[in-house]
Amino acid sequence: MVFFPHRHLLGIKGLTEHDITYLLDKADEAVQISRQREKKTSTLRGLTQINLFFEASTRTQASFELAGKRLGADVMNMSVGNSSVKKGETLIDTAMTLNAMHPDVLVLRHSSAGAAALLAQKVACSVVNAGDGQHEHPTQALLDALTIRRAKGKLSRIIVAICGDVLHSRVARSNILLLNAMGARVRVVAPSTLLPSGIAQMGAEVFHSMEEGLKDADVVMMLRLQRERMSGSFVPSVREYFHFYGLDAEKLKAAKEDALVMHPGPMNRGVEIASEVADGPQSVIEQQVEMGVAVRMAVMETLLLSQNQGPRSEGVHA
Amino acid sequence: MSQALVLTNARILDPSRNLDEVGTIIVGDDGRILAAGADARNQGAPEGAVIRDCRGLLAVPGLVDARVFVGEPGAEHRETIESASRAAAAGGVTSFIMMPDTDPVLDDIALVEFVQKAARDKAVVNVYPAAALTKGLAGHEMTEIGMLQKAGAVAFTNGRQPLHDTLVLRRAMTYAREFDAVIALEARDRYIGAGVMNEGLFASWLGLAGVPKEAEIIPLERDLRIAGLTGARYHAAKISVPESAEAMRVARRRGAKVTCGISINHLSLNENDIGEYRTFFKLSPPLRTEDDRTAMVEALADGTIDIIVSSHDPQDVDTKRLPFADAADGAIGLETLLAAALRLHHSGQVPLMRLIHAMSTRPAEIFGLDAGTLKPGARADITLIDLDEPWLVSKDAILSRSKNTPFEDARFSGRAVATYVGGKCVHAL
Repeated sequence: MVFFPHRHLLGIKGLTEHDITYLLDKADEAVQISRQREKKTSTLRGLTQINLFFEASTRTQASFELAGKRLGADVMNMSVGNSSVKKGETLIDTAMTLNAMHPDVLVLRHSSAGAAALLAQKVACSVVNAGDGQHEHPTQALLDALTIRRAKGKLSRIIVAICGDVLHSRVARSNILLLNAMGARVRVVAPSTLLPSGIAQMGAEVFHSMEEGLKDADVVMMLRLQRERMSGSFVPSVREYFHFYGLDAEKLKAAKEDALVMHPGPMNRGVEIASEVADGPQSVIEQQVEMGVAVRMAVMETLLLSQNQGPRSEGVHA
Repeated sequence: MSQALVLTNARILDPSRNLDEVGTIIVGDDGRILAAGADARNQGAPEGAVIRDCRGLLAVPGLVDARVFVGEPGAEHRETIESASRAAAAGGVTSFIMMPDTDPVLDDIALVEFVQKAARDKAVVNVYPAAALTKGLAGHEMTEIGMLQKAGAVAFTNGRQPLHDTLVLRRAMTYAREFDAVIALEARDRYIGAGVMNEGLFASWLGLAGVPKEAEIIPLERDLRIAGLTGARYHAAKISVPESAEAMRVARRRGAKVTCGISINHLSLNENDIGEYRTFFKLSPPLRTEDDRTAMVEALADGTIDIIVSSHDPQDVDTKRLPFADAADGAIGLETLLAAALRLHHSGQVPLMRLIHAMSTRPAEIFGLDAGTLKPGARADITLIDLDEPWLVSKDAILSRSKNTPFEDARFSGRAVATYVGGKCVHAL
C-alpha cells in the first residue's frame, strides 16, 4: 500500500512533512538497490516513462533515465535538439502528441516557470517536474535532503546556508520550502542583486557576508552562477564575485567543523567554489549524484504505484 | 429612420445632467432623444412608437469603452469588428474606441476609413478608430495626425507599445496640440518593466520576473512633464498603482491637461488571482496587490481616475495556452465591464452616478464623442440595466470570438437587459 496522496510531483510546495519523509524513506531503500550487483528490479515493468527535456541537462536526464531503468520501466528520452519543438510546436502540442502514446509518467524540464503545472493539466499521466524555469526543482531538493539526512541523521534544527544566485535558482526555492517543512533553519547568503524580492518573508534569514552567513552552519549549499550573469549584469566580475562569495577553505572555516559542502552541479570551479573545497573532505557533491538516482526511483515508484489507488488529490501544484 | 421608442417608468440616471429620477425617455424616429426625465412623462408618445415599461430598471446613457483591441484586420480568428460589436452590445456598451494594434497597423487614412466602413456595414454599436501615434507603432516617426483626425480617428495612441523616445513624444505632442488631439499612452518602462507579473513575494515564489510599480510611475511622470511642457492633451490609458493616481493630481495642479483611465480588471482583481500560472490573468500593466486595488477604487470614487475601460484584448489558445512568461498579455472584457463595475456599487465603494460617469459621460467628453448623455437631441444610445439580476459568466455564452475572460464562472449581480443604439434595440435578454 502506497500512502502518497498526489498524482504529480510539480513542486515541494504542497507536500507535507509526512509526504517528504515518505519519499526519503523510500529513497533510502532505493540506495540499497543501486548498491547491489544486480541493480534492476521489476517494480515498474511494462510502464513507460518519457523524459521530455526542453532544456539540455545531461546529468538530470541521465539520472531520471537510470532511475526508470532500474525500476524496470521502458524509458524514452526526448530532447529539444531532435524534436519538432524547434519548428514552432508548442509545449502543449508536444505534450498532447506524447500523451497519445499512453506514457505512465512524463518527466519535464522546461525553461519557463509553471510549464510542469500546465502540462499536468493537459495529460492523462503523472508529471514529474525536473525543473521549470526559476520556479522549482523538487527532486533536487529531495536528493539534497536525503544527502543531509544520511550524513547528519536528521533535518530538523540543522542550519543550512544557501549561497549564491538565489534569484534565478529553482533549486534554492525548492530547498527553502523543503527545509522549512522539515524544521531546518535556512539562511541565504548573496549580494542583493541575486536575491528575489521579498526573500526575507520566504522563510530564510538573509546575509550578505559569507563569514556571518556561514557561522555555525551544518550545511553549506552552493548555487551555480550562470556565465552570462557574471560580468557586469548582476555582479561586476568573476574576480569580485569569487572574492566575496566564492567558497574557499578560508571562508568555510566559519561553518561548523563537520559542515557538509554541497553543490547541485555543474560546478564553476573558481567562480562560486574553489577546487580545494569541492574536492575536499567535507564535500558530499558525489553523494548528491548517487542520491539523485535513488530519490528519482522513489518518486517514480511512489507516483506510479499509487496511480490506481484512491483517494488522490489532483496533484501538487506549484 | 428607425421606429420611435418610449421607455416608461425607468429610473433614469444621466451623469451629464447629474439627474437621477424615475421618468420617461422618448426617442424620435430619427434615433435621437426627444426628452428624458420625470417631466417627459406628460409628453405624448410619437405616433407608432414602441412603448416599453421599464419599471424596476435603470436607464443610463450607453456605455463608452475607450480601449478595445480587435483582431480586424489581421487576426480575425480572435475578433472581428462585428463580433466585438455584438459582445459590446451584450455588455451594454454602445460605443467603443478601437485600438490601432492590428495587422496592418492603423497608421494610414485608408485603414481608418476601412475600419469605419466595416463598422458601418457590420457593427451593431458605434465603433471609433484610434490611430497609431507613430508609424507602425514603432515609436520613431509620427503619423499624419491632422489627416487621420479628419478621417475620423478620435485619439492617437501607441497601443500596447509604450513610447520610449522622449524626443519623438515631445514632437508628437507639440504637433498634436495644434489639432487638439488626445494622445493616449500606456506607461511601462522597457527595462525595469520587462517582467511578467507584479514584483513581490508572490512572483518570487512562482519564479516569475517581477514588474515593480516604478516601471509605470517613472514613464508616467515623464509623460506628464512632457504634456505640461507642450500643452498637449494627454491621457494615461491604464494606470494600476496609487502612486500613478498621485502623479495625476500633481500634474493637474501644475495645470497640465491630463486625464487617465483604469481597466476594470485592476479594480476587480489582484495578483493572487494568477494562482497557478493562470495566463488569463496575465495583463499589462500586471495585476497589483489588494492594497493597490482598493486604493485605485478610492481614486476612481474621488474622480482622480477619470474613466474605466474594459481593455478588451482577445487572445486565442495559440497565445494564451503557453507557460505564463511566454503567454500574451490581455483579457476580454466588453461583456463583463458593466457587471464587474456594479460590484463596486453593490459594495458601496463607488456611487452609481460616478460609475456611469466613468463608463459613459466622461470618456465621451475626453474623446469628443456624440455619446454619454440622455439630453434632448443626443443620439439615443441607451442601456437598460437590471441592477440585481444574478448571473454567472459561462464560457459558452461569451459572444466574443476569444474566450480569455478572467471572470469565467464569476457570479455577478446586475447586467444590461437591453441595449439601444440610435434608438434601435441591439441587445435584449
